[in-house]
Amino acid sequence: MPRTRSDQIDPFLAGARACLAVLPGVATFGMICGAAMVAAGLSRTAAIAMTLLTFAGTMQLAAVQLAATGAPLAVIAIAGIIVNLRFVMFSLSISGHFRGLPARTRALFAYALSDNGYAQAITHFTLHPDAPGHAAYYLGCVAAIWSVWILASIAGIVAGAAIPHEWQLEFIASLTFVALGVANMRDRPSALAALAAGATALLTAGLPYRIGLILGAVAGVATGLLLEKWIPSSSGR
Amino acid sequence: MDPLFVWTLIALLTAISFATRASFILLFSHVTLPRIVQKGLRFVPAAVFTALVVPDIFVRSGAIQLGLSNPKAAAALVAALVAWKTRNTLLTILSGMAALHLLRLAVIG
Repeated sequence: MPRTRSDQIDPFLAGARACLAVLPGVATFGMICGAAMVAAGLSRTAAIAMTLLTFAGTMQLAAVQLAATGAPLAVIAIAGIIVNLRFVMFSLSISGHFRGLPARTRALFAYALSDNGYAQAITHFTLHPDAPGHAAYYLGCVAAIWSVWILASIAGIVAGAAIPHEWQLEFIASLTFVALGVANMRDRPSALAALAAGATALLTAGLPYRIGLILGAVAGVATGLLLEKWIPSSSGR
Repeated sequence: MDPLFVWTLIALLTAISFATRASFILLFSHVTLPRIVQKGLRFVPAAVFTALVVPDIFVRSGAIQLGLSNPKAAAALVAALVAWKTRNTLLTILSGMAALHLLRLAVIG
C-alpha cells in the first residue's frame, strides 16, 4: 500500500535520521552509565535488567551512587522521583500530540521518552505542526535512541568490570551531574536556585539518610520561584 | 550489594521511571497542572543535579573540605568551568577526569 509507506514509514525514517546527530552522545553516555553501575557494585545481570526496565540514564546513575553510599530505599526512591520530575514536564508538553492513540501505543511512547528524543520530536512538531505522521516520527526518534543506548550500556556493563578501581570511573557520575547542573543554569533565577540547592545540601550533609539532597532540591526550587516573583525582569531567556 | 536490596531498588526505579514519563502521555492526559507547579518544575533540574553532586565532592570522611587537599573538589571546579564555557557533557567529563588524575599524581608526588 503506497499510502501506508508515505504516511508511516517516511516520517519514521525522518525521525530516526533527525536523531543521528545525537547518537554519538547517547552511545558515550550509555557506556559511561553502564560502567558506573558496575563500578558502584551492581552485578552485570542487575545492571542490564535496570537498564532495560528503567531506560533512565540519569536516574540510574543517581540511584546507584546513592545506594553505594548506603542511602535507604525510601530516600533513593524520592531522589529518583525528583531526578525524573523533568519527564513530567516533557510528558505534559508532548502529550497533546499523542491524544487519540491507543493506550498501549501511548504506554510504549511513555517508556521510550528520553531527553534527546523529546527535544528532537517537540522541535519537529513545533516547526511542522501540520506535517502528517507525528506518532511515526516520534517512534523513529526513540527507536534509534533506544537501540543505541541499550547496546552502549551493555558494552559499558561488560567492559566496566574489567576496569581497575584506581581509574576512579565512579567520579564520572559526579561529573555528569556537574555538566547537567550547569547546562540547566540558563538564567539568573535558575543559577541561584542551583546555588541555594548546593549550599543547602552541603550544610545538611551530616543529616542521616541523605535527606540533605531532598532539602537542597526543595530550597533550590523555592529560591527560583521567589526570585522570579520578586525580580520578573531577571528571567531573561 | 545485597541482592534483595538491588532487585527491590530495580522494581522501585522501574515504577518511578514509567510513572513520571507516562504521567501526562497516558495517565492524566486531560489534567492541567496549577501554574505555580508548572513554574517550579523549571527549576528542578538545576537544583537537583547540584544538590546531588555537591556533598559527594566536598564532604570527605564526614567533614567539609574545600581546599586543594581534596582532589575531587578541585577537579569538579575545573569541570564546572569547562561545562560553563563549552556546554559539552563529554568535554566536561574528560577534563574533570584528567584534572582528578593529575591532581592525585601531584598530591601523591
